[in-house]
Amino acid sequence: MQLGRVLGSVVATEKVVGLEGVRLLIVQPLDKTRRPKGGTLVAADAVSMAGPGELIYFVASREAAEALPERFVPVDHAIVGIVDELHLEEE
Amino acid sequence: MRIGKVAGTVVSTINIPLLDRHRLLLCDIEDVEGRPSGYTIAVDVVDAGVGDTVLILDEGSSARQILGLEWGAIRAVVVGIVDELVVDGEGRSLI
Repeated sequence: MQLGRVLGSVVATEKVVGLEGVRLLIVQPLDKTRRPKGGTLVAADAVSMAGPGELIYFVASREAAEALPERFVPVDHAIVGIVDELHLEEE
Repeated sequence: MRIGKVAGTVVSTINIPLLDRHRLLLCDIEDVEGRPSGYTIAVDVVDAGVGDTVLILDEGSSARQILGLEWGAIRAVVVGIVDELVVDGEGRSLI
């Protein structure tokens, strides 16, 4: 899993079967010091509570779809938690 | 599996139900010399602590097998604490 920052949301009315009702959010992946790393991506929100500005962590690849109620859907990134605290050795 | 070092912990109250039962560790992925190249957040099943050099599994089906799950959105798991690395015949103790 990787850290990310929610930048916004994606609205798509026409979606494949199984993705109805799934919130899609724009996520900026971060390094461990919370600096942006790589390009933005669209992730399904499996916690249904993530919003813009929040620090989250997401799972990638096949396992992303397993976070959703309908598990056989074409999803490659899913937000699986909102970070309350990040304790790092250096801090 | 990858070799890594536990850099810290991630605390979260809002998460998918599956993660309620697990401790999350932020681990630097390292090469054999200990140089970091990225990180991953992994579920801990061996009670690893900050500073420990660990074995990190990053594959979904094996992760589910370890956790006794039929399905679940977990891919990275800390599966071992490394005591020693032997590279080119030279051992490096990590205890």
